Amino acid sequence: MRLQTALASAGVLVLGLAACSSGGGGSSDDDSTITVAYQKTAQFHQLDDLLQKAKTEYEAANEGRTIELVPIEAEQDQYFTKLALMNGSPDTAPDVIYEDTFQIRSDAAAGYLLPIDDYLADWDDWDQFLDTAKQAGLGDDGKTYGVSMGTDTRGLYYNKDLFAQAGLPTDWQPESWDDVLDAARTLKEKLPDVTPLNVYAGKAGGEQTTMQGFEMLLYGTDDELYDADSQKWITGSTGFEDSLGFLETIYTEGLAPSLDVALDASVGARVASELLPQGKLAMAVDGSWLPGGWISGDNAWPEWEDTMGMAAMPTQDGQDPGFTSMSGGWTLAVGSQASDPQAAFDFIALALNQENSLKYDTENSQIAVRSDVAEDPEYLGYNPSFEFFSSLVEYTHFRPATPDYSQISSTIQVAAESVATGQADAAQAARTYDDGLVGIVGADATQAAG
Amino acid sequence: MTSLVLGARTPGGVRRPRRRPGRAALRLLPLLPAVVLMAVFLAGPVLWSFYGSLTNQALTGYRAAAPEFVGLDNYTALFGDGQFWKAVVLTVVFVGASAVVGQNVLGMALALMLRATGRVLRSVVSAIVVVAWVLPEIVAAFALYAFFATDGTLNNVLGWFELTGPTWLITFPMLAVILANIWRGTAFSMMVYDAALAEVPPEITEAASIDGATGAQRFLRITVPMIRRAISTNLMLTTLQTLAVFTLIWVMTGGGPGTSSSTLPVLAYQEAFKFAQVGYGTAIATVTLLVGAVFSIVYIRVLKPEVD
Repeated sequence: MRLQTALASAGVLVLGLAACSSGGGGSSDDDSTITVAYQKTAQFHQLDDLLQKAKTEYEAANEGRTIELVPIEAEQDQYFTKLALMNGSPDTAPDVIYEDTFQIRSDAAAGYLLPIDDYLADWDDWDQFLDTAKQAGLGDDGKTYGVSMGTDTRGLYYNKDLFAQAGLPTDWQPESWDDVLDAARTLKEKLPDVTPLNVYAGKAGGEQTTMQGFEMLLYGTDDELYDADSQKWITGSTGFEDSLGFLETIYTEGLAPSLDVALDASVGARVASELLPQGKLAMAVDGSWLPGGWISGDNAWPEWEDTMGMAAMPTQDGQDPGFTSMSGGWTLAVGSQASDPQAAFDFIALALNQENSLKYDTENSQIAVRSDVAEDPEYLGYNPSFEFFSSLVEYTHFRPATPDYSQISSTIQVAAESVATGQADAAQAARTYDDGLVGIVGADATQAAG
Repeated sequence: MTSLVLGARTPGGVRRPRRRPGRAALRLLPLLPAVVLMAVFLAGPVLWSFYGSLTNQALTGYRAAAPEFVGLDNYTALFGDGQFWKAVVLTVVFVGASAVVGQNVLGMALALMLRATGRVLRSVVSAIVVVAWVLPEIVAAFALYAFFATDGTLNNVLGWFELTGPTWLITFPMLAVILANIWRGTAFSMMVYDAALAEVPPEITEAASIDGATGAQRFLRITVPMIRRAISTNLMLTTLQTLAVFTLIWVMTGGGPGTSSSTLPVLAYQEAFKFAQVGYGTAIATVTLLVGAVFSIVYIRVLKPEVD
């Protein structure tokens, strides 16, 4: 499974070399070609499907222009690295970029992205986008850098068959972390061959460890990462330590996957396409997009509707509002070195028009951000999990939108992995995080938890 | 040619010393292309990496667009970081166990044994050993990952004997990568020593045995001193190769679990490309370079071939 990681690393090296080779003749220099860089994996083919369709449509409508699709076959973490390296040289910088909302501020600050406000002003469809989706594309300077493709929420998946075998209710909604732990311990006792619960905690998992893992816990405590009012990062909070404590508990008690699985870069793919469908994992905190991979594609699993139950992630002790969730989402952005930004934007506008957004949001289980898609009966009827995950929007949180976030996220992953492996206890790991945080943002930009 | 030689002769011995500086420069001229190439492609990147390590260059964010010169801040942070010292220790353990001891001793042992066996066995065994060396690093790394993985070859074989193997890559990450590197690199040492041993004149060893020297004495007093130069070169090469091993460790353990197998190259990669701190990562790479230089100097000094 580390092959993917390795190939990605090898790819990074190749890209590094490509960036070194001197210019001229690069396809991105050619004004009539638009290069589109995006992520593609065995589990995540929906974006590729969408862009292939948009490519055909765009080329048919614009004679003489070519769309060059550059799929980057890597897990999320390596995808960011490869993008950053591609953006390092005008010869390799893509014209259109598939960009995570949390990277926007950071990459806009780095000068990799082009503000698209002028183009958006002439695009009638922009009015259809929800305000939250528009905000997700903003950079630190208040300009818009990305067009949102959809958003997501996160919750707790559980396998009803396994719950029934362990004598647990199949219509289940935990009210606190302890309820989740109790269920996990019962499962471990009754079904020793099944992994009770997955909460991501590996460094190799990248942002999924921070967002689907750690932040799903932290934002259910009384603390957060960042105080938006004072614009300071919080150190030494009880919630931070408790969240790490939860990870420590499940990994040391053997309630979570064994470390060889949990620390591998491919753990996310394995949970979605192997561990859950094969009934080897009973509960998983994960994103609303998982059913997208079960409905169609190589890992289709038609029985998922009857087997999988979904519950909202409870807050630590059931404190108000009772549940929590995290929302992110991805955008399409124009690269700052695009040779013809208008053409690049036109391609984005085509790829995210009503018809194509509908296709992508349904197939990839996204929560629609275009109102004309969200109200479409075809969208509402496509996937039975939409209703549940949309209902989590009222509990949801967004990640701190600062250019430093991606580095801070890496520090969180280090803390999570160190407690999962037992190399540090929750208190030590939290202190290491605090030190790392101060190192990144400086002591002036932090405040001790109140 | 002749006229050139004559032309050089005609001024006579008296004037020669005065013309030496110009002649020396002229004689060095043919070296210039080589020196320029070395400077551009070897010294250049080294200096560039050293400069990079004095900045706070990042992969994304404001510091990607406008990195600042931060002096020795990266090094100060590095030397105060427990993680770095752990990586130094792991690197020394990795190099010491897998290159200096593992590859060299095993390579020498194989070379000695092969010299004492028949031709058929000799070619079969060398072919098998060399296969590991022939494999591209990424292929070898994945093969070893498949071998040591929890449901991999090794544990399956242990399963035939009703044994349950541990999770090698999690429980013994350093052992796994050290064994992997020995497996991969021994062929090189074996070939170097095999060639060196072939150069030892059999008369000398024969004379020693007639004088009553035992096998061990012959090896230590005759063979080793005679192939000292090969040993020195081989130690240096394997050390430097092993110091630079990245793919093998990255594929097998990713430097983990936690930081249990993060050697200096892995740490540098993580800091630069995962944590996006290119400047800091470059500082680690520069330190790795210095460690390699120190090793080389030590080998050259200690095993300096005296006049023989």
